[in-house]
Parts: sequence; C-alpha cells; structure tokens
Amino acid sequence: MGRYVGRCLAVAGVLGLLAALAGLPLAAAAPSGKLEIFSWWTAGGEAEALKALFDVYHKHYPAVQIINATVAGGAGTNAKAVLKTRMLGGDPPDSFQVHAGHELIDTWVKTGYMEPLTSLFKSEGWDRVMPKGLIDILSYRGDIWSVPVNIHRANVLWYNRKVFTDAHLSPPATFDEFFKVADALKAKGIVPLVLGDKEGWEAGHTFETVLIGVLGAEGYRGLWTGKTSWLSPKVTQALQIFQRMLTYTNSDHAALTWDEAGQYIVSGKGAMLIMGDWTNGWFTSKHFADYGWAPPPGNAGIYDALSDSFGLPKKARDRQNALAWLRVLGSLEGQEAFNPLKGSICARTDCNPKLFTPYQQWAMQHWKTDTIVPSVIHGAAASEGWATEYKDAIALFVTSHDVAGTQRALEKACVNAGVCK
Amino acid sequence: MVAPSVAAIAVFVYGFVGWTGYVSLTRWNDVLPDYRWVGVRTYVDLFQNFRFQIDLLNTAKFTVAFLAACLVIGFGLAVLLDRGVRGESVFRTIYLAPLAISFIVTGVVWRWLLNPGSPQLGSVGINLLLERLHLGFLRTGWYTDPRIGILAVAIAATWQMSGYTMALYLAGLRSIPEDLREAARVDGAGEWQLFWRILVPLLQPITLSAVIILGHISLKIFDLVVAMTGPGPGFSSDVPAFFMFDTTFRGNHFAQGAAIAEVLLVLVAMLTVPYLIYSTRTEVER
Repeated sequence: MGRYVGRCLAVAGVLGLLAALAGLPLAAAAPSGKLEIFSWWTAGGEAEALKALFDVYHKHYPAVQIINATVAGGAGTNAKAVLKTRMLGGDPPDSFQVHAGHELIDTWVKTGYMEPLTSLFKSEGWDRVMPKGLIDILSYRGDIWSVPVNIHRANVLWYNRKVFTDAHLSPPATFDEFFKVADALKAKGIVPLVLGDKEGWEAGHTFETVLIGVLGAEGYRGLWTGKTSWLSPKVTQALQIFQRMLTYTNSDHAALTWDEAGQYIVSGKGAMLIMGDWTNGWFTSKHFADYGWAPPPGNAGIYDALSDSFGLPKKARDRQNALAWLRVLGSLEGQEAFNPLKGSICARTDCNPKLFTPYQQWAMQHWKTDTIVPSVIHGAAASEGWATEYKDAIALFVTSHDVAGTQRALEKACVNAGVCK
Repeated sequence: MVAPSVAAIAVFVYGFVGWTGYVSLTRWNDVLPDYRWVGVRTYVDLFQNFRFQIDLLNTAKFTVAFLAACLVIGFGLAVLLDRGVRGESVFRTIYLAPLAISFIVTGVVWRWLLNPGSPQLGSVGINLLLERLHLGFLRTGWYTDPRIGILAVAIAATWQMSGYTMALYLAGLRSIPEDLREAARVDGAGEWQLFWRILVPLLQPITLSAVIILGHISLKIFDLVVAMTGPGPGFSSDVPAFFMFDTTFRGNHFAQGAAIAEVLLVLVAMLTVPYLIYSTRTEVER
C-alpha cells in the first residue's frame, strides 16, 4: 500500500513537472472526481467509438468517473437545443461535442462562453501534426478553440461500380462529363444521381459541392468571408448546373432520407450519390461492397471537411479532468481508438493507415495533400443562423427552380449574418 | 386549495406567454440574449419571409381539409352507429383506436403508406394497392408532390382524429331524447326531415366543440409533420411550429422564434376566445 502511494506520488510529481514545463495549470495530484461529456453519439458505431475514447481515458485516469451525457436525435439538433439551455443557464457540461468552425465560434466563442486552447495545442504539438487548413477552421482572432477528434469528408461522389463497368463509363471529373454520363445512364433506365432530401439539408449538402466545383477552393471559401459575392455570375452558374443535375434525380427524393436513397445504389438501380463519407459505414452495414468513390465534378484536390470537436466551457466544474479529456482526444492513441470505429479519419496526419479501410486510406492521403475548405451544411463555414437560411433557400430551390430568386435569398442570408453588406 | 395552482399557472403559462411576447420585440437573434428593443420589426420581417408565408398558407389548407374531413367522416360514422348496428361496440373501438396512438407513430406509418415509390424501385403502400387493383393511373407522389404536400398530412391526421369526432357526435346523438324524435314523427316528419330539422340543429354545440378541439390541434400540429414528411419539397408540408423549432434551436433566431409563437397564439386565440365568450354567456343564461 505504502509503495503504491509512493508510486502514485511519483507519477503525480512527474505529471506536475510536465504540466509545469508545458505551462499548463494541471493539478499536482492525479485527477479524480467526475467528468461529464456531452454528445449526440448514441447509435451504432458512433456510440462504440465514444466508448473507446472513454476506455483510453480510463486507462490513464482510472480515478475519474465519466458521466456520458448523450441526447439522441438526427444530426444533433435535439442535443444542441439541450446544450443551449444548459450553457445559457450556467450549467455547462465539462466538455461537449460541437462541429468545429463557425458553429462553435459564432455560437459559443464570440459570446464568451469558451476558454482558448492555443497553449494546449502548442504544448501537445498538435499545431504541427494537424494540417494548417484545419487549424484555420478552428481558429478565431488568433486563438484555437476546440480539439478535433475526427475528420469527415463531405464532398465524395459514391457510385455503383458494376453499373459503371456495365455501361463502360467512368466517374465524371467535370460537370460536362457528369451530364454525358448521366444521359447515358438515364437512357438505360438507371437513376443517374440519387438524392434523398426528406430532412431538408441534403440538397444543401449536394449544392455545396457544386459551389466548390464551380468556384474553386478560394472562391468557395470567399463566399463565407465576404470576399466572393453571392451575386457573382459564378453563383448563378452553380445554381443553373445544380438545377440541371436535379433533373437526373430519383422522383421520390422528397420521401427519402439520404440513407434510404442509398438503397438505389445498393440495388444497382441508381448510379451516383453525393454524400459525406459516413456513407462508407452505411454501405458496410448493408454488406454492400461493389462501390467506388471519387471527388464530385470539379472537386479534385479540394477536401470539404467537417470535424467533430470538443471544447472547454468557461464554467466547467471539473476543469482539470476536462483538460485531461482534451489531451486524450488529440493524442495519437485516442484518435486511433476512435476513428476506425466512427468511420472517419484522424484529424492528425500521423495515424497508422493500416487500421483503416481502403476508403479511409484514400481520404487520409488526400487529407495530407488537398486544399481544405470548410463545409457549410455541417457547421464549419458559417454561423448556425446563416447555415439554416442557406439550407432553407436551397431546399426551396429544389422545387421552385427559381435561379434569380434563390440567388437573392442566398445574398440576403449573407447580409443577415452580418458578413455581406 | 386553488391558490397554488392559480399562482403556478400565472407564472408558468401567462408569465411565459408575456415573456415570449417581450422577447419577440427584442433584438435577440443570437445565442446570447440581447434585449435591445426593436419593436415590431421582427414581425414585419417574419411576414415577408418566404418560408413563413408558405407555412401560413399550409396551415390554412391543412385546417380546412382536416376539419372538413373529420367532421364529415366523424358525423357519418356516428349516424351509422346510432342506427343500432350489430356489434356496435366492436366498431366503436376500432374507430376510436387510432386516437390511442401518438402522432409520431401515425406519422411513421403514413409516411410509408403514402410513399410515392419510384419506377426503378417499384411502388409501396397505397400506390402499390392502387396498382394491384388495376387503378395504377390514380398513383400520385402524395406528400412529395408539392401540389398535395400538406394535404397528405391531413389524410393521416384525419385517420387519427375522425374516430374521436365520431365519439363526440355519438354522445350527442345519444343525448337527444327519444321523445323528441317520436314527437317529430307524430307531427308527420319523414326521417330525412327529422335528420335535418331536429338532429342536426340539436348537434350544433357538439359541432362547435369539435371545431374548437380539432382546430387548435391543427394550428399547433408539429410532431406529425416531423415524423411523416419533414418540411417537404419546397416547404409544401412545412408548418409554423416546425419553422419555429428550426429557426430557434438550429438558427439561434430567438426573437424570430418567439414572434412565430406569438402569431400561433393569436391564431389559436381567434378560434377559442369567441367560443369561451359564447359558452360563458350561455352558462349565465342558464
């Protein structure tokens, strides 16, 4: 017993020394007490991935009791509502899941609810192992505000390989090629582009990749910073292309969610689907293997990223434990435990590719080399208010086909957000 | 004994109604409360918002279709049951059963019943039924067709609530004393006249109650839409309550959300307040 205590003290001493060296206010004693983690990871692989993170945490900090506070429900809408009442009521969880970028920055950083984590990034060396494009997304006014645990790629064109081989086609790299391929597939009675937009955001997701394809990385990024005008002819062109793409979609798209629409691909009745890389895990769960992936038209060399991250609220009750949690999230061990189960890739660039599926290895390769841009529909590019107005404008466009009116609505959303004048 | 509940209602109902009204007049369109006064600007903006305009129209369509269908079907069923069908209690139970189901369940079931299907994957639900009955030409896109949109939701809502309307009418019919009918018959009234001149007028209070109850359900409808269709193509099945949730909790536009809530309150009040006045008056008369 005495020896054990001694060892504990020694460990604590070393930890304290390390912390002192790193300039971090870590308590000298080994952490104990509680740690409340708030997320919307309740289903399948997500819940398992979260548990794997908890296991890593437990290994390092066995005395801390983790409270897993989850709120179920699509894309976190319900969880975000609960989080808002807790934060505004002065009862924040110790750390919470949030889409990295403007969803965090505009909602919680600008309003002064978060602590900056720049020194943590420096001391852990994360600013060196994570790409600059990502650090830019995480930063506001020179500080970094959250620790990304994973990266999802939003701009992926998924296709049924058999359908393409049978028709002697290859996945389109440009919009011209896309329409040629689509015509050929349509003639064969196959749905060229599969869409399921029942929940209202999926069309906005597809259009985001069209914007990237037409405007390029710089032009697209500029839309969210005010450098590119929403009234520019390029946006008009993107809307026109998207409108034409919509004529190649399945007639029942409004009745289906994205995964139900994926059934077209699985059954070989549909050819292509533009969706984020959570589709990879969904195909696997359907025991479907004959699919391929490519960047959507015009998206080569651009990585449209979204990231789940965790931050440190100012009033966190167990600040030390929360900091320890953030260190686990950013560590190689934590990221390698989490991401294979979640179906995403590491935010770090030094994870072992052997742990991942062929798709993920492809994405990891591109993560290192591509230009990174933030996804709007998944919270990285714009404030939640702006993203919601963008989503609504595009959802209406799917049936109205009103290019000029939609462009005005998109411009107005930018004005409402205070970015355009 | 009543005082605590009066106090609780004063705070948790009227207090919050007032607070919501106050918020709707402020600049609070971000996470952080911002109580600077903007007057009715939020309302002006709201009524110019394309989504809200569509929503109001949808609410009107839904209310008319849902009320008419429920009243006609509910009344019809009640009259038929009142005729003394064999196994009345069985039918009564069957018609009333949907009421025991939550709108979420109804929404999920009807989402598939009214699923449009597609040429590639084949038909499902009602469309499949029509096809099997060689009525394939009647197939439609249901709630995915912007021209139908919210009316498809009204079908599901009618399925759920018409049994309840039937129960209301049946109770009304049963409360009309047999003497009255006898007296009318003695006076030489035919069954048709008896029906229109005696029964229907006497059922007027029931109709009014049914309109109030169904009307406020239809104005506040939310869960059924969420489970069944979502906002729908071009917001053709969107409703104000859904917009309110979206803009408040997704978009952080708290003032706008509060304004929508107040508009809904006014709409419901327009329906119920005249009824309350009417019923207090009749009580006084008695």
